[in-house]
Amino acid sequence: MKKVTEGLKAIAETVALCRPEVISAYPITPQTHIVEELSVIVANGKLKCEFINVESEFAAASVVLGASVAGVRAYSATSSQGLLLMAEVLFNMAGMRLPVVITDANRAVSAPINIWNDWQDTLAIRDAGLIHLFAEDNQEACDMHLQAFKIAEDHEVMLPVMVNLDGFILTHAFDPIEFPEQALVDKYLPKYVPMEKLDVKNPLSFGLMGGPDRYLETRYAMAETMKTCPAVIRKAAQDFNKMFGRNYGELIEEYKMEDAEIVLVSMGSIISSMKDVADDLRAAGKKVGVLKIRCYRPFPVQDVIKSLCGKKKAIILEKALSIGGVGILTADIKAALYGQKNVPEISDFILGLGGRDIRISDIKAIVALAEKANLKGEFYGLDPKLVEEMDK
Amino acid sequence: MSTVKVFNAGHTACSGCGLSLAARLVMEAAGPNVIVSNSTGCLEVFTTRSPQTAWGVPWVHSLFENSGALATGIVAALKMQGKENEARVMAFGGDGSTADIGFGIISGMWERGDDVLYVCFDNEAYMNTGIQRSGLTPFLGATSTSPAGSVTGGNQKQKKNIPMIAAAHGVKYVATACVGYQRDLQNKIKKALAIKGPKYVQILATCPLGWGNDSSLTIQMGKLAVETGLFPLFEVEEGKITNVMNVAKPKPVEEYLKLQTRFRHIVKNPEEVAKVQAIADANFKRYTKDKVLF
Repeated sequence: MKKVTEGLKAIAETVALCRPEVISAYPITPQTHIVEELSVIVANGKLKCEFINVESEFAAASVVLGASVAGVRAYSATSSQGLLLMAEVLFNMAGMRLPVVITDANRAVSAPINIWNDWQDTLAIRDAGLIHLFAEDNQEACDMHLQAFKIAEDHEVMLPVMVNLDGFILTHAFDPIEFPEQALVDKYLPKYVPMEKLDVKNPLSFGLMGGPDRYLETRYAMAETMKTCPAVIRKAAQDFNKMFGRNYGELIEEYKMEDAEIVLVSMGSIISSMKDVADDLRAAGKKVGVLKIRCYRPFPVQDVIKSLCGKKKAIILEKALSIGGVGILTADIKAALYGQKNVPEISDFILGLGGRDIRISDIKAIVALAEKANLKGEFYGLDPKLVEEMDK
Repeated sequence: MSTVKVFNAGHTACSGCGLSLAARLVMEAAGPNVIVSNSTGCLEVFTTRSPQTAWGVPWVHSLFENSGALATGIVAALKMQGKENEARVMAFGGDGSTADIGFGIISGMWERGDDVLYVCFDNEAYMNTGIQRSGLTPFLGATSTSPAGSVTGGNQKQKKNIPMIAAAHGVKYVATACVGYQRDLQNKIKKALAIKGPKYVQILATCPLGWGNDSSLTIQMGKLAVETGLFPLFEVEEGKITNVMNVAKPKPVEEYLKLQTRFRHIVKNPEEVAKVQAIADANFKRYTKDKVLF
């Protein structure tokens, strides 16, 4: 059934269809409507679930960790400062191999305090061991939650999955959303079967100390899972497409890439604008394509090599930065391409931080800039007056 | 009687460790049908060096400050699985985890009224990291971060009163216990586990390494802490003190202080000892049977 729904409410309704048994979350803009809507769904008896109000995101992540190790499907949602407050728990959750799904409404990180969109929050915890998926639009964000639980709970994976969607741009946008039938969701996503759990009939210890003699191998096992889980992620997307008839790509999505000479690369909602730019520029005779990174961790190294090698130019658009380093997505892409043949020229731009608008005209201007010169870590859209003022 | 022990020997605690004794007493009182969520600290480290474990019950450790929130999640998960009557849930934390870094988590758990017995193993400092001061380090006790300096001698603050804070949350059952009184300790654990809702038991656990007492005096230190009035044993039920361990003839605090190097800097200073004595005297007046607290 299709109905016009706000992004966050649509996600809440979709998460409810996934039948999580324990939900714990804490309010933070722009995530709050998810936790509000889920509390209403549970309060009205539409989802049999323990909804637990907590005193912080740290507690929320810890509650769902406890629920997961006790053997049930668990869910949380957060954003920005809240995600950073969860950070310690998230590293632990991944290390304990617990398949919790967490939604992150991507938002800038303070200071200055800013509630608007960029990716700084999620990329700050990219090394925690979670699988990071990025949604392009609200339908994909909803559908991605079904896939996220399926991927996380696969016994070949057993890692938490974070579904990322751009704050406000997607979270607060009203779109016609196709909600799947409960019976089909149940078929795609059967009840969670833990491999081990806290159980008095089979008393096991979880979260043991791993000394210098064991820690390395434990972390190696996580890294190995990240190498093998792309197969599970691909299958989750393919099975979803078969059952629900919607396809967003697997680890990446390619748009008009076959004969492309210039490739725009990014993640999240900006991809839609980039596709429009590709269409417009193609009409003007430029062979432009778009590479969407749908799965950021594990980073789809082989897909990126296949997609970009042989192209003339790649233009990477980043909505976060590693201050004192290089663009975060850019570093991943360059690392993937190093040593390959026919590597394209790469320009990368930092833009849109803290919710600064990115218009179609901006992306076209960026293409024009990159055609003139290879630009590295170029801040796009700076206000020269403000820059001068802050310089003082 | 189960053949599986709930808390097994072979762990790596120090000799004379009051914490390992307290944990064993708690576990034997609790029996096999419990799930334990354990904060980071000595107890976690000396019982679970992978791949070994001392625990014969389902046990989980996540972080330093979240055993309470984990317990909440476990209770919720059991309920969703229809197994809420299959296991009682306990959360363990040390004094630092309980009074300091995990304090907000515990307050949240109590406010929600979760059906968890929270046990604080109070050895009065961050022993696992090398005897640093915590919110439960006693007044004037020397630690590696509240040293016996030439200007200030030892910890300048009194112990944070977590039992009263628990009682103020409406925690249904609050008790203090110590390794000096083992039957009392076990009775309190059994009583707590029979109650639905939030429970808090704080157990004073001698740490020979951190306190600087002879490791043969673990039990005696516990007894002396109670007999001097420095660690009163009591129970609070529904906001009322229902039981206080009677100390017929209180001992001077000096008898307790002089056995520990952490108080070495004050035992020869009558003025400083008098300050500690005043705390003990006040405790005897404060904790009286049938007193309505909240």
